[in-house]
Amino acid sequence: MSARKNGLDRRKAVAQILARRGNALVVTGLGAPTWDVAAAGDNDLNFYTWGGMGCAAMVGLGLALAQPKRRVIVITGDGEMLMAVGSLATIAVKQPRNLAIAVMDNGHYGETGMQATHTQFGVDLAGMAGAAGFRAAATVRTTAQLKTWIPRLYDNGPVFIDIKVTAENAPLVLPPRDGSLLKLRFRQALLGGA
Amino acid sequence: MAAKSTWSEQVHRVLRTQNVRQIGYVPDSGLKRIIELVRADKKMCAVSLTTEEEGIALATGAWLGGERSAVLMQSSGVGNCINMLGMAIECRIPLLMIVTMRGQWAEFNPWQMPMAQATAAVLGAMGVIVQNVEAPDDIAETVAAAGKLAFNTNRAVAVAIAQRAIGTKAFK
Ligand SMILES: Cc1ncc(C[n+]2csc(CCOP(=O)(O)OP(=O)(O)O)c2C)c(N)n1
Ligand SMILES: [Mg+2]
Repeated sequence: MSARKNGLDRRKAVAQILARRGNALVVTGLGAPTWDVAAAGDNDLNFYTWGGMGCAAMVGLGLALAQPKRRVIVITGDGEMLMAVGSLATIAVKQPRNLAIAVMDNGHYGETGMQATHTQFGVDLAGMAGAAGFRAAATVRTTAQLKTWIPRLYDNGPVFIDIKVTAENAPLVLPPRDGSLLKLRFRQALLGGA
Repeated sequence: MAAKSTWSEQVHRVLRTQNVRQIGYVPDSGLKRIIELVRADKKMCAVSLTTEEEGIALATGAWLGGERSAVLMQSSGVGNCINMLGMAIECRIPLLMIVTMRGQWAEFNPWQMPMAQATAAVLGAMGVIVQNVEAPDDIAETVAAAGKLAFNTNRAVAVAIAQRAIGTKAFK
């Protein structure tokens, strides 16, 4: 199957989501979603992952449970989310009001050479999140839909959106990568001290 | 005379004293009682996981948010965590794992053997500090020491509770 031509621009979508982040806490899935969030502007309250494929949603849950007054936004890829579909069930059972997940679904494992993922063959991640018990879940295909769904990412959760984006690799924007550094600066910005 | 408290009650108290709030778990019969105690404790947040690696990610998120977390699992679950442990190690996340061992003392189920016998080796290979405990009376003290080590020095520490201490599962 050839790379998807139609779809939203992932860099623009992420920038639009984060434009209204305020003091929200952001967790990224490894690879391109990490670069997308870095491209939108580095922030001490971004926890970029560079590994631990499948961790993003659950890091988001631990953070959301620890910080119930803060909004937590997880931005990840379809491949990363598929590795952790069970975590959709775990999250749905806890019903964190302050957690939102946005998947940049390009239908591919972009980072490793654009191999097809299951979403390209009809596997419906938003359907799975909805069936697990997320309060709101949708597939977003157009700019108009994205516009209506962005405010919901900041509203009563758990919320899940699967954004169909083009399968083009955007230029690399690399944030810091040392795990200790990323942890310490995040905790310092959020909690003061380390 | 009050009945002597069980190791599960003692460990629950240790977790409470050390302010460990988010407790992820995949059940094991040896963990039955402590899971009940954690779930009943309003100061704790019990998180039932679909796979043990979720617990490593949960603990990472909890620590980023300023809370302590522990993960309870059977030895076979350790195998499900390996790559995710890399994140906790790379980020120096304090991680407390409480692992009930199978595949040791008088095991009945041969399918438990390979992972159980590899548990300490794979944890060690990932950089997790392993503390073995054989006697029921030593379990709570070992968990307390492991918790201090984890949370005071930002290390991943696993307490491996021997099958002999918990009792061998009877298939009848
Ligand atoms: C456990 C594990 N398996 C495989 C990889 C290799 N890998 C790194 S990124 C990636 C693809 C991620 O795909 P997706 O989440 O869809 O992001 P995209 O690059 O497509 O935006 C893979 C397979 C890895 N890092 N870890
Ligand atoms: Mg992808």
